[in-house]
Amino acid sequence: MTTQALLQVLASGLLMGLIYALIAVGLSLIFGLMDVVNFAHGEFLMIAMYAAFGLVLLTALDPIVLAPLVAALMFCVGGLAYLGVVRFAMRAKANAGMVQIFATFGLAILIQGAAQYLFTPDYRNIQTSWLGGKTFEVGGVFLPLPQIFGGFVSIVAFAGLYLLMTRTDFGKALEATREDQGAVALVGIDRNKVFAIGWGLGAALVGLAGVVLSIFYYIHPQVGSAFALIAYVTVALGGFGSVFGALAAGMIVGVVEAITAIVLPPALKSIGVYALYLGVVFIRPSGLFGRL
Amino acid sequence: MSDAMALTATPAEQAAFAARRIRQLVAAAIVFAAIAAIPLALSDVYLLNVLVLTLMYAAVSQGWNILGGYCGQISLGHALYFGVGAYATSVLFVNYGVTPWAGMLVGGAMSAIIALMLGYLCFRLKGHYFSIATIVIAEIGLLLVHNWDFVGGALGIQWPFGPDSWATLQFARNKLPYVYFALGLLIATWLVTWMIEDSRWGYWWRAVKDNPEAAESLGVEVFRSKMAAAALSAFFTAIGGAFYAAFVSYIDPESVMSFRFSLLFALPAVLGGIGTLWGAVAGAFILIPLTEITRSYLGGSGSGLDLVIYGALVMVVALARPEGLTSLAPRARKGAAS
Repeated sequence: MTTQALLQVLASGLLMGLIYALIAVGLSLIFGLMDVVNFAHGEFLMIAMYAAFGLVLLTALDPIVLAPLVAALMFCVGGLAYLGVVRFAMRAKANAGMVQIFATFGLAILIQGAAQYLFTPDYRNIQTSWLGGKTFEVGGVFLPLPQIFGGFVSIVAFAGLYLLMTRTDFGKALEATREDQGAVALVGIDRNKVFAIGWGLGAALVGLAGVVLSIFYYIHPQVGSAFALIAYVTVALGGFGSVFGALAAGMIVGVVEAITAIVLPPALKSIGVYALYLGVVFIRPSGLFGRL
Repeated sequence: MSDAMALTATPAEQAAFAARRIRQLVAAAIVFAAIAAIPLALSDVYLLNVLVLTLMYAAVSQGWNILGGYCGQISLGHALYFGVGAYATSVLFVNYGVTPWAGMLVGGAMSAIIALMLGYLCFRLKGHYFSIATIVIAEIGLLLVHNWDFVGGALGIQWPFGPDSWATLQFARNKLPYVYFALGLLIATWLVTWMIEDSRWGYWWRAVKDNPEAAESLGVEVFRSKMAAAALSAFFTAIGGAFYAAFVSYIDPESVMSFRFSLLFALPAVLGGIGTLWGAVAGAFILIPLTEITRSYLGGSGSGLDLVIYGALVMVVALARPEGLTSLAPRARKGAAS
């Protein structure tokens, strides 16, 4: 393998990894906030991709421009999912963990069915983006522009998230709620509001990822499932609840997947990621950066 | 029998407990006899197929329940064991002419061994880490089978057409034998669960589920408990897979190992009530006919409406009855084996 080929694999793996991190970070954020794994996370991604697709048809604008709008829309979807479903799952006295899992799984199946009903099972793609199909070449390494854009959006989103969590009152409320749900009520923080906004934020982040993906990936009702498992693995690898862990793990997952795709038949490209994940959690049961 | 009871219960309490155990058996006899009588009133092939699937999912979910419901380890990867059972039976029968009766035991034993190996690695993981690891492992199994030509790769395995016979578990025209085989499997899993409820393992598993740290400090061997539950649970799931392969006569990786099966094995128990004797059976009898029939009526054109109903049902039951539908049954639930 030449140096150039190696660079090519690393660069495209890292870019895809940044997008994986962006898909996964909302999941990790929500878990860190309230110990809930959202098994409808992949479906949030799918909704965002359809939203981008629909808005492109509606406005004839470029998906890049529509990203903030889709994120805002997804913020509402996430908030609603919390207020309409998850809030009630939190009340379960018996089998609490199981209720969360199956309530969000039920939501996932429902969303998939609704997408199939409304948009048919057909594969769609956005053909009108400025970035679509263009590549950027540096020193013999070819990188598709949509992925470069995706990596850029991901970095910006992580930087924004970092600032939000460290520099704003909401970030402080989020951190406080993470640490002690009971105590925040005493200082006048409405726990439900923080959770709803947290879910909104998580969904908005995966919404950005959805816009990015919609530029270079097919859109169909099961598209969420394809990315969901990678997202869960990324979150678990980084450590549940760790935002920085999701970023690091996303990049690792992207690179490992790119390398596996060359070494093994393409159909097996996920095997490397899964094996790596299992290897890590067997050594560190709480992931790379997780707190037990 | 119940050494654990003897430490705390008065003779009167013990007698009442024994009487309740007998009542459970009588109730089971009545229920299973009623199920066995269903085909007398039902001659429609489609509905008999739904009944076979319902009984199969009830049995496999009862198997899942041993690990998930009694021992509290939420596996979302049981499709792996189902697939191993289906594939072992199919490969042995199609390639080597081994009767499915033997193949199914081989598949069951293989699954139990795989469950022990995976348990050795996975049972250090807690909560969601464990559940996600089981999803990933099942997915790895699916990918490997997909790319393994010896077991038919992506194409799968087609069972040869032969005369109807109990020896090969092939019945082309008459579906009744499948009903009785699936019912037999359900009765077997139910009886094992019933025996477990008042055995040392049963008490250990419930202790592990409720509070592993406390259980450990009281001398329960938590790790060994989980391993035993995993092996037994995997064994029954594999038998279910073997039966399914014989029933549909054609398997490919997606049709026996995909993630939706893992969900379908967990859901009946969750809907009916995990860690209970009748939860998986009640859940399967509600969920499976509902999904099959809505699929036929609404999902035929891939419209997705069936999924909407299925998803809504799962969500509503999980939220409305966290302890499962059997908790609606009007009776006092007290004592160790409730």
